[in-house]
Amino acid sequence: MRITQGTFSFLPDLTDEQIRSQVEYCLALGWAISIEYTDDAHPRNTYWEMFGQPMFDLRDAAGVMTEVAAARQAFPQHYVKVNAFDSTRGIESLRLSFMVNRPANEPGFELLRQEVEGRHIRYAIRSYATDRPEGERYS
Amino acid sequence: MVSNGTAGLESAREPLLDPADRYRAGVLKYAQMGYWDPEYEPKATDILALFRITPQDGVDPEEAAAAVAGESSTATWTVVWTDRLTAADVYRAKAYKVDPVPGAPDQYFAYIAYDLALFEPGSIANLSASIIGNVFGFKPLKALRLEDMRFPVAYVKTFDGPPTGIVVERERLDKFGRPLLGATTKPKLGLSGRNYGRVVYEALKGGLDFTKDDENINSQPFMHWRDRFLFCMEAVNRASAASGEVKGHYLNVTAATMEDMYERAEFAKELGSVVVMIDLVIGYTAIQSMSKWARRNDMILHLHRAGHGTYTRQKAHGISFRVISKWMRLAGVDHIHAGTVVGKLEGDPDMVQGYYNVLREPHNPVDLQRGLYFDQDWAGLRAVMPVASGGIHAGQMHQLLHYLGEDVVLQFGGGTIGHPQGIQAGATANRVALEAMVLARNEGRDIWNEGPQILADAARGCQPLRAALDTWGEVTFDYASTDTPDFVPTPTTS
Repeated sequence: MRITQGTFSFLPDLTDEQIRSQVEYCLALGWAISIEYTDDAHPRNTYWEMFGQPMFDLRDAAGVMTEVAAARQAFPQHYVKVNAFDSTRGIESLRLSFMVNRPANEPGFELLRQEVEGRHIRYAIRSYATDRPEGERYS
Repeated sequence: MVSNGTAGLESAREPLLDPADRYRAGVLKYAQMGYWDPEYEPKATDILALFRITPQDGVDPEEAAAAVAGESSTATWTVVWTDRLTAADVYRAKAYKVDPVPGAPDQYFAYIAYDLALFEPGSIANLSASIIGNVFGFKPLKALRLEDMRFPVAYVKTFDGPPTGIVVERERLDKFGRPLLGATTKPKLGLSGRNYGRVVYEALKGGLDFTKDDENINSQPFMHWRDRFLFCMEAVNRASAASGEVKGHYLNVTAATMEDMYERAEFAKELGSVVVMIDLVIGYTAIQSMSKWARRNDMILHLHRAGHGTYTRQKAHGISFRVISKWMRLAGVDHIHAGTVVGKLEGDPDMVQGYYNVLREPHNPVDLQRGLYFDQDWAGLRAVMPVASGGIHAGQMHQLLHYLGEDVVLQFGGGTIGHPQGIQAGATANRVALEAMVLARNEGRDIWNEGPQILADAARGCQPLRAALDTWGEVTFDYASTDTPDFVPTPTTS
């Protein structure tokens, strides 16, 4: 399966040129860029690991591209995403978040159903990736 | 003594200052009773209203404006001595300005100021009972329309506003940088719960973020509400597991009583839904109750504006949708249908952008072209996500993004479910078209002019989008709007 989190996951994986273009858009708007990675892309796994601190006050996308390359090299079989933060009053949140790396094989998720009273069902989504301990997934 | 109907126009507009004259039993002009005051300077704490008035032939516009001020505040048709037991000068609303409407010789804009003391804190029911409760059937007026309102910060702060708001909704859904995508399940009536859930599953798995019950899907013989909720949540969870994304279906909890609505909303919560839905026809009090419930239960609250067209569409009489937008932001909903510009339902581009600005911006400056007559500070009240729904399709993606921006739910019902290759393909076509257009816009391309080419390029790698463009690419709904701006920009010569 292909996990479709992130702003552009229904398009073919972005080229470096396309990534640079999006980063330039964010920098022109004064947004800070951060890179995050995980081996468990559960839809409610909010806190991926931070690949360094968010980059504030950048003018040139080259700095971000260097970090993207470093993250991919360090975690070639992880999900890696680029986030853009807007500190404008009333927003103070992410404005763009898109994948720049994903594992070659994406095992996806199992839907667990627990039949309880009546026809009521309790659902849980489980990452197949978490069968193995952190760091040993997607090896 | 000045008696009704015999005074000269000038003297009839003057308030009677001597209490013996003012409070003598009998009938006076509203202006004489003090409801017209061109010298009045509105206070920062006043609630302001702008009405479009069409006086009956022979009725002085200032007197008509005073009558609206009077009937929407303290006045009745005759003098009452009991006014003298109150600080009547404060409680009297003041019509303070009357302007002719450009291009409409029989219509006037009447500006009216209301003291904050006239209103109960945090109650749209009280506000609307005052402002629109009595005056709309008033005989001296041929027609009356509430065009806009200004709420002072002191009043705004008495409302909780949207339980979730745009920013928090995006954080909960983990979806940023693009409009959200939805679809209303079709046909809107007749599907069994099991078949209905099939449509939900296909649309969400294909790439939509949300699917939606229609306004009149409640609990009918062909599908009871519990069945619908159970099948829909199976579909939502399956699609979420298949995509790795948070998904939702607006479960419509509209019902005959508050008890029924609470029961349905509680069941939606137990099943793990992220969103519930209500219709505008449940009434302002019920909307505020559901807003408080949604706030207590971390639920996104979707409002379908069912019925609004009966009073918002005609320019001379009723209430502008921008006023409804303001009331609903105060009342506290997270989504509201607010027009598409390009789809099948009424919506002039400037007017629709005015509604969107009211719902989304932290502060609205005066913007006559978009029908915003007052400066409005929202005092940190969360923003409402507008929903564009009704006769839109993938081929219009560049126009939708251009007119409506990023913080909007684009809902393609027929444009998803009617796709020649099936519902999943329809959903995928919309999602690919959307992401391609956002990507291109961020790259600095001129999507307004290059849009069709951007879509054609994206379709080369996406057969479902190609099929959607072939099916609907040329479909437009090109009819004149009835609700249009009264002020248009005049090009200045340099």
